[in-house]
Amino acid sequence: MTEYFNEMYEGGKVREPYRRLEDWTKAMPAELRAMKQAEAEALFRRIGITFAVYGEGGDPDRLIPFDMFPRVFTQTEWRKLERGIKQRARALNAFLLDVYGRAEIVRAGKIPGRLVFQNEAFERAVTGFTPPRGIYSHIVGIDIVRTGPDEFFVLEDNCRTPSGVSYMLENREIMMRMFPQLFRENRIEPVDGYADALRRTLASVAPSKCDREPNIGILTPGHYNSAYYEHSFLADLMGVELVEGADLFVEGGFVWMRTTEGPKKLDVIYRRIDDAFLDPLCFRPDSMLGIPGLMDVYRSGGVSICSAPGAGVADDKAVYTFVPEMVRFYLGEEPLLNNVPTWQCAKEDDCKYVLEHMGELVVKEVHGSGGYGMLVGPKSTTEQIEAFRAKVAAHPENYIAQPTLALSTTPTFVQEGIAPRHVDLRPYCLVGEKIELVPGGLTRVALKEGSLVVNSSQGGGVKDTWVLAE
Amino acid sequence: MILTVNHVTTYEYDAPMRAAVQSLRLFPSRFDGQRTIQWSVEVEGGTRGGSFRDGAGDKVEGWSIRGPVSAVTISVSGQVDTADTAGVLRGHRESVSPLAYLRETTATWQSAEIRDLAQKAAKGATDALDRAHRLSNAVAEAIAYRPGTTTAHTTAAEALAQGEGVCQDHAHALIACARVLGMPARYVSGYLFAREDGEPHEAAHAWAEIWVENIGWIGFDPANQCCPDARFIRLGSGLDAREAAPIKGVAQGEGAERLDVTVALEAVQQ
Repeated sequence: MTEYFNEMYEGGKVREPYRRLEDWTKAMPAELRAMKQAEAEALFRRIGITFAVYGEGGDPDRLIPFDMFPRVFTQTEWRKLERGIKQRARALNAFLLDVYGRAEIVRAGKIPGRLVFQNEAFERAVTGFTPPRGIYSHIVGIDIVRTGPDEFFVLEDNCRTPSGVSYMLENREIMMRMFPQLFRENRIEPVDGYADALRRTLASVAPSKCDREPNIGILTPGHYNSAYYEHSFLADLMGVELVEGADLFVEGGFVWMRTTEGPKKLDVIYRRIDDAFLDPLCFRPDSMLGIPGLMDVYRSGGVSICSAPGAGVADDKAVYTFVPEMVRFYLGEEPLLNNVPTWQCAKEDDCKYVLEHMGELVVKEVHGSGGYGMLVGPKSTTEQIEAFRAKVAAHPENYIAQPTLALSTTPTFVQEGIAPRHVDLRPYCLVGEKIELVPGGLTRVALKEGSLVVNSSQGGGVKDTWVLAE
Repeated sequence: MILTVNHVTTYEYDAPMRAAVQSLRLFPSRFDGQRTIQWSVEVEGGTRGGSFRDGAGDKVEGWSIRGPVSAVTISVSGQVDTADTAGVLRGHRESVSPLAYLRETTATWQSAEIRDLAQKAAKGATDALDRAHRLSNAVAEAIAYRPGTTTAHTTAAEALAQGEGVCQDHAHALIACARVLGMPARYVSGYLFAREDGEPHEAAHAWAEIWVENIGWIGFDPANQCCPDARFIRLGSGLDAREAAPIKGVAQGEGAERLDVTVALEAVQQ
């Protein structure tokens, strides 16, 4: 039986950051809790914050379950995390700038060239172009799990367009509305500075040809997209335009937005669509979502695209294993946040080990995301394991494996009362003129008893995440 | 050799289009084998957009045309001084790693027949350069030059299966074969002044480049069974014909498109 670190109770005692929450739950009878939970759900529905899950059928507008029990970090814990997250965001950006330039890290033999240049996410079209300030990933979402009081591990990096930040903001908003006294009793660091910080970050990477306050727009695939709510929410909060490809056109080396008062120049595009769909002239010719000619404008310095096309090569799960090496190579520092030990099935010895120990490991597709295409060995049936074994044996290079981590738990409201459930954390690090991190993030919780998969597509929920002020 | 180029491309639409956007890779490469004396690219009624040189060393220029558009005419004219470098792309500035040219694309998909052709052709090769030459010869033998038998969308595997095609199919097949053997390869578009037999060959042309360690990129033209020399003008490159296309365009609207191309190359008497 694995021992899991419980973030609230340690050795029968309540850990300091959760001290006041114990009284709060004790003072809350079951009926009141049920009432509050219903109230929270009604609020989420009214705001319209829903999350469509692909491939599962059912209600596309179903809510991500919200758990009212907050997850809490002390100031000391957060400071340590913050340093590690910022360090990682710097290293990932240095890596991207390098591999689209002289690729010194490959020349130095620190990472195999084939892993970078033959990667599907490597965009040959942007080599030799340096984006403003040399930044490729302006919003870095780093997924972190905890296994002990001082043990944190990075599960994966999201350099493209990490979603979920609207939940971080809304969860806080709703908790404050429902439990104002909690926010008087506890000194909690605010997260509502995120929108301003994001706007500052985007404005700081305006293209060289922009000589005034830049116009910023969020490019969305449209309202059928599962994260459309988040796109419009962020546009509202920042006071910037929400645009679709059809609203934009290129002319004279710039990108223009159609408005009732005539064309308006757009300088910075925070895109929430994949590289492949950005520009049919450069990428997928059948894309209806993008703007023809956008990449020519981008590469000639007429518009900035955040994250920069090509940033996805740093998200690759095989490239992930080299991030600690990137920290040493580019920053000359030791990594403050550790990776989860990873076996690369592309390597013969690793693959042999993985095939022999499948029942104990978490096996993932290199290019997969969202909890699809993965196997959690200890939680799977023999048939599931055998089916996956065949897949790995057929295409070893498509898979990596990691030990099943003893993910920490936090108390969570369940049918029977309060019970420990496994959690992870996604903070959103902003990289522009400055590197900024709001104190908090998105805590995802696996609501099924014993489940270690926190993805919303696999029955995960969300929690408000607190960082206590000193 | 000083070559004069006049290249006019016209897209005609049977119903006016709302707008058109183009991305042009129509500028002679800079390397030891060619020097541009004079060059101009114009799009009738269009607005010139940004231009830049990409990581592969190609100059790219964007254009847009406001609607209603019933025809788009792209005119290229200029003069280039060329020299024979035995196919070697010497003095060409680019920053992309050759490893980025090992990826398969739809057009260069490696069928069993492609793999087989590559492996048989490479047998007995003394070194990488010899292997590249053998591949080029094998492709020329396997695919007969026969215009009109393939389309712009024909893949290397399809052309090989039917045993005939044009320069685009030769280039795709050679690229696919080289990648089978782990040799980086790319598609090159450009112009060719005359054919080996001296017959005038007034057309846009395409060939392949293969990366040979310790030498660099070397051009191979299976269609003419030679390496590019002073009769060739190199414009741009890519993973396949679609990526390397000298003209990429999108027109918005419902009209059907009709394409008309004339290319005239002349050698200036010295």
